[in-house]
Amino acid sequence: MVRRNRKVVVKDFKVAEKIPRQKMSEQKPHERIKNFLEVPFGYTEEQAVKEASRCIQCKNPLCVQGCPVRVQIPEFIKLVTERKFIEAARKIKETNSLPAVCGRVCPQEDQCEKVCILGKKGDPVAIGTLERFVADYEREHIEVQNVPEVKETGKSVAVVGSGPAGLTVAGDLAKIGYNVTIFEALHKPGGVLVYGIPEFRLPKDIVSSEIKYVESLGVKLATNAVIGKTDTIDDLLNGNFNAVFIGTGAGAPKFMNLPGENCVGIYSANEYLTRANLMKAYKFPEYGTPIARGGTVAVVGGGNVAMDSARTAVRLGADKVIILYRRSKEEMPARIEEIHHAEQEGIEFHFLVNPVRFICGDSGKVKEVECIKMKLGELDDSGRRRPMIIENSEFRVKIDTFIIAIGNDPNPLIQKTTPGLKVNKWGNIVTSSDTGKTSRERVFAGGDIVTGSATVIEAMGAGKIAAASIHEYLSNL
Amino acid sequence: MSKIVSKKQLSEDVYRLDLEAPKIALKRKPGQFVILRLDELSERIPLTIVDSDSDKGIITIIVQAVGETTRKIVSKNAGEEILDVAGPLGSPTLIEKKGIVVVVGGGVGTAVVYPVAKAFKEAGNNVISVIGARNKELIILEDEMETISDKVYITTDDGSYGAKGFVTDALKNIIAGKDTIAEVLAVGPVPMMKAVCEVTKKFNIKTMVSLNPIMVDGTGMCGACRVTVGGKTKFTCVDGPEFDGHKVDFDELSRRLKSYSKMEKYGEEKQEGCCKGF
Ligand SMILES: Cc1cc2nc3c(=O)[nH]c(=O)nc-3n(C[C@H](O)[C@H](O)[C@H](O)COP(=O)(O)OP(=O)(O)OC[C@H]3O[C@@H](n4cnc5c(N)ncnc54)[C@H](O)[C@@H]3O)c2cc1C
Ligand code: SF4
Ligand code: FES
Repeated sequence: MVRRNRKVVVKDFKVAEKIPRQKMSEQKPHERIKNFLEVPFGYTEEQAVKEASRCIQCKNPLCVQGCPVRVQIPEFIKLVTERKFIEAARKIKETNSLPAVCGRVCPQEDQCEKVCILGKKGDPVAIGTLERFVADYEREHIEVQNVPEVKETGKSVAVVGSGPAGLTVAGDLAKIGYNVTIFEALHKPGGVLVYGIPEFRLPKDIVSSEIKYVESLGVKLATNAVIGKTDTIDDLLNGNFNAVFIGTGAGAPKFMNLPGENCVGIYSANEYLTRANLMKAYKFPEYGTPIARGGTVAVVGGGNVAMDSARTAVRLGADKVIILYRRSKEEMPARIEEIHHAEQEGIEFHFLVNPVRFICGDSGKVKEVECIKMKLGELDDSGRRRPMIIENSEFRVKIDTFIIAIGNDPNPLIQKTTPGLKVNKWGNIVTSSDTGKTSRERVFAGGDIVTGSATVIEAMGAGKIAAASIHEYLSNL
Repeated sequence: MSKIVSKKQLSEDVYRLDLEAPKIALKRKPGQFVILRLDELSERIPLTIVDSDSDKGIITIIVQAVGETTRKIVSKNAGEEILDVAGPLGSPTLIEKKGIVVVVGGGVGTAVVYPVAKAFKEAGNNVISVIGARNKELIILEDEMETISDKVYITTDDGSYGAKGFVTDALKNIIAGKDTIAEVLAVGPVPMMKAVCEVTKKFNIKTMVSLNPIMVDGTGMCGACRVTVGGKTKFTCVDGPEFDGHKVDFDELSRRLKSYSKMEKYGEEKQEGCCKGF
């Protein structure tokens, strides 16, 4: 029995190996740098079925272990081979309520695809692209998603923040009959998905249809509600809500504290991306929010946020865009796909350099950035080699705009206005990781506000855990 | 959505709007502001909450039409809606009984000064007000300031009303006549606030200013509103908007306020090929 099974696997393996991993076609670099449309086009049905046929349907699928929310990957892929695309999407939605988003922005190469068995000898199954395909197929082919009938629990939950963590908690709790209201500080829900990640990587239509779905479950949305100001957490608890979930993300930009950093033309990535995405400054003057354009744009940082900023700058008409990173290419935390796309779009990478000060012109506009060269030393706590300054190696680069993309801290607004809410030394809310419970009774938290900047799927995973534990908690009240 | 309940013109370009915003009316304290987005195409701009009526659920804002966005706002009439109003934002002013407090409002800055002055008065302070503008037509809130001040001085640059001269001239006279001014609050154009601070610094009088940098979110998320105070970077929307005027880098603030002035001009004229190289 065991042997026979193995044989089948080996045979399938051979077949799978013969079919090459299917590639999405995408906008050519010279065209896409002139627009904000999404870069890859996604699979055709034929491509999707062909790619799905590569999956050998492992008995003990490693890919599922690699997925932070344990999507039933082989099962949904099998449905794709049977052309049951809508059923496939529904299968994913049992565990992941935002597949169209995750299919686009999850780092699959570090998660499910990293451990896919086919990857041992060749290319892993393109799980992310398949996920994206079925989610898009469902969205394009089904007008209204049928909403499950639920028995109301008669209890209410307030969710603060409408990023992936908040949306997940809200959706999960609404599905089991809670009365849920999401409170969002900005005028538009979605968190980083709307204000941070650019249109060309995650079209905003997709995010809004995911949000419509959550609303169709009965979730109420209160925008322009800055919790800590408009209402405090205690106001919510003393009002109509039996429990509160805090998913406010890691929203406060880090600056470098360098001389000249407040020159005109120096942005945090948050500001630059918020102007471009949320406020649609790329359509100025049709839209009222302006943003610096053209010239030479330098971005400091090596993560997705730096790539998104640099690629946005290209599309805003920069003559030249450079990324400054203090380590080498190997240590860059950005997704490989993003780095690759950035390179294709003509962005220059300068490794092992770090800015030390800015030089402004008379009008206060930044003119130059002075950098220093770095070398890599011993391994540090993060397991990466520590960058060290090379003395007397300063040099200057002429720039018109500079974007700081070196990370975010948690926004302290709620922590400061909620007595008894425990935070760690970086200001992140402390929770028990298997329940999302905070130090305050009836208050739960999850996502970037707890972990610091992480990923969409991890925020969703934390949301799932918190929703389950809120349900358990309120059921026992 | 927030309905405009009433609208009143105060001077050529300055309008007072009462908005339906019950939550904000209930929560707001003097010194705080709202972020407002008129419609889908508009930018987000900060505006001081000048007054509120928590029973009626109304807040009052005063808008000077200086650019595309503010012009669009004042073109709206009572009964029409404003798409987004978020707040109350910023740290409230610390209101205590201090003794003699001098408040200085320049132009539309008087609208920012008024709620704080009123709170100072209610807290039992002796409030001396100076309001100034280029000419008589631009003086706003004179009656309101009268009712909450122990004394009001008015200055106009051209002498068309009150004393001819700048608010700083009136301030110098007040300082010369009184020996114990506990605090000065000054709000107005950046050069005015800077000039006031130069005067009060000589006499070592604590001076607060309320700053009006460019903002986007108003919640500490972007850093657009950063200013240098005492050599340190602060976010006006959360750390302010009031700061110790003797420590503010006003020149930097002036420069940052002009970040988009060229672009906005192009934008208003809807010129083709707008915006490259700014
Ligand atoms: C530019 C950029 C690119 C990224 N790219 C990727 C990627 O490719 N793949 C990936 O997996 N991850 C990516 N990430 C990270 C990912 O987006 C985050 O980890 C994830 O969004 C965190 O979700 P969250 O729900 O915890 O918080 P957020 O998405 O940050 O949402 C928090 C929400 O809470 C709101 N809020 C904050 N304070 C308050 C308050 N006081 N009251 C009410 N509302 C409040 C905020 O306005 C926001 O809408 C990227 C992040 C950025 C910034
Ligand atoms: S590990 Fe790869 S081949 Fe195996 S089930 Fe998962 S996707 Fe299919
Ligand atoms: S306006 Fe964005 S941080 Fe103050």
